[in-house]
Amino acid sequence: MSVAERNDVRVSGVPDGQPIVFAHGFGCDQNMWRYVAPHFENAFRVVTFDHVGSGGSDLSAYDPVRHGSLRGYAEDVLEILRELDLRDVVLVGHSVSAMIAVLAAVAEPERFARLVLVGPSPRYLDDDGYTGGFSEADIAELLESLDSNYLGWSSAIAPVIMGNPGRPELGAELTASFCRTDPDIARRFAHVTFTSDNRADLPLVTVPTLVLQCTDDVIAPVVVGEYVRDAIPGAELVLLDATGHCPNLSAPEATTAAIAAFVG
Amino acid sequence: MPPPPALPTPPADDAAFHDALLSDDPELLYDRAPCGYLSTTPDGVVVRVNETFLSWTGHRREDLVGRRRFVDLLPVGGRIYHETHYAPTLLMQGTAREIALEIVCADGRRLPVLVNSVLDRDDDGKPRVIRTVVFDATERRRYEQEVLAAKRRAEESEARALQLAQTLQQTLIPPTPPHIPGLDVAAAYRPAGDGRHVGGDFYDVFQVAPDDWVLVLGDVQGKGAEAAAVTALARYTVRAASVDHDAPSDVLHTLDAVLHLADTDRFCTAVVVRLRRTEGTWRATVACGGHPLPLLRRAGAAPVLVGEHGPLLGVLPGATFTDTDVPLGPGDALVLFTDGVTEGRRRAGFYGAERLLHVVDEHRGSAADVTGALLADVMAYQSGVARDDIAVVAVAVE
Repeated sequence: MSVAERNDVRVSGVPDGQPIVFAHGFGCDQNMWRYVAPHFENAFRVVTFDHVGSGGSDLSAYDPVRHGSLRGYAEDVLEILRELDLRDVVLVGHSVSAMIAVLAAVAEPERFARLVLVGPSPRYLDDDGYTGGFSEADIAELLESLDSNYLGWSSAIAPVIMGNPGRPELGAELTASFCRTDPDIARRFAHVTFTSDNRADLPLVTVPTLVLQCTDDVIAPVVVGEYVRDAIPGAELVLLDATGHCPNLSAPEATTAAIAAFVG
Repeated sequence: MPPPPALPTPPADDAAFHDALLSDDPELLYDRAPCGYLSTTPDGVVVRVNETFLSWTGHRREDLVGRRRFVDLLPVGGRIYHETHYAPTLLMQGTAREIALEIVCADGRRLPVLVNSVLDRDDDGKPRVIRTVVFDATERRRYEQEVLAAKRRAEESEARALQLAQTLQQTLIPPTPPHIPGLDVAAAYRPAGDGRHVGGDFYDVFQVAPDDWVLVLGDVQGKGAEAAAVTALARYTVRAASVDHDAPSDVLHTLDAVLHLADTDRFCTAVVVRLRRTEGTWRATVACGGHPLPLLRRAGAAPVLVGEHGPLLGVLPGATFTDTDVPLGPGDALVLFTDGVTEGRRRAGFYGAERLLHVVDEHRGSAADVTGALLADVMAYQSGVARDDIAVVAVAVE
């Protein structure tokens, strides 16, 4: 199995253009970039993919040891870049993929041109003198939420898709996997995501970095975005006037504009 | 809100019907619906909420409308779930259904609920309003938690059973054969399917006296715990019988008798090889009971079958077995295998003797070289899925 199949890699846009790679966060899959990525197709070689365990990825490639830390996911990303022979890469990471992007860029800085971190958090758990926003008990509660919902999702589900010509909403074939995966993998990914601590990796980033943060995000509050900006040498912070943790869905125009302005 | 036109007209004198119809105007229909009902902005700020929701949760309308977002009513774990699953699903699909959440009530109590939401968009496709219904799921959640706990217990006991099977398997198929001075011994084994069941194949290599060893490879019909019990019986019978009987044919005779006496209908096949060194020269004595004959590969010659066929073990009365003596020189090797090799299947047919002979002929390095190559080739022939247990043991004179 090739890396491209393993991660359900999709490539579009200008074949010899600068590569821009979009990495999705915990919870859903590459369709999270559906309203943003296409805007870059006229100038960039656009790459989207699913992390192993999400969306259309090969679930059998999930390795509890490799994927037991964000470094394993970063290695997956680097393997995608190597297989496609991508250089001068703009890597856009949402949510937990922001830290996966940081780890990849620290491991092989020569491969990257720029990083865009959307709603990053280097550590979700509160620590001495550090506000991540969450306690251990909160994370345990999240795992319970996952469990109770997978129980309800265990049978075949065919959501009614609202017909809205104005929006390229998901077709029925994609709804089956969107935001849904093997419960055991989801649990492990949640655990890895919310217990990771990548604060020490931030100062090692040498690639120009943009931090995109929503003004009102219960998962990654503005103070965390400011922390990331201050810790990465030369990083810029752009606040999006948007609510929630997924500006790529709730404010795609503003998200696209901010990324476009940064990557020129 | 006019009633749907297709409804049948009730009899004009049905007072109860008219009473119910008139007293359930749209306002009451909304406020006293048997579910909580909220409307929010696309960002989640509550714009309308019905009485049922307020009475279930103890929240006051003025504390919610225009002030709180739906996500604010969830405990922290639920908020993460909302942000990473619920909101993306709603924004992407326009609807999210049967999401299990808890609402934090005004007094801090938590109300388990099932939530359905729809996202309404304007003509340009811009999100306009989210409508959410909330169902009290207290009893259901309790039941689901019991189901979940039962599922966990089932998974744990399955894991324990698997571990038990694998431990048992290792006693029947030791991962590494013992070291015999002057001989190179190797074994390769692959259980059928996903390895969750103990297979019926077994092998053993053990010492009887200095320069006197026994090698046995066998196959008990079937698999699972009952087959494993018979496999263990067969394996230890060969060990015990080899102490008093020098001839492999006598060992098979004892095994045959023991299986006849045992309380099982399962039969068994086995090949027993006695390996003895006298004055620096190894000699093998081979006897077979219902088992594929082993291969003898002499240095510089093509492999040939060796030994004589004997009857299945534990089936026929008065079975007899035949010994075949084989002197072994340096570089000579014996290769024992179960029928999982030759009967390896794919659509076009069986793996067969010809492929087997070819692989054994080609791999003349160490004993592990030939067992590894043979296992890999049979697995490749079956596209990586073993239909039957596959066991191979090779012994070569150094």
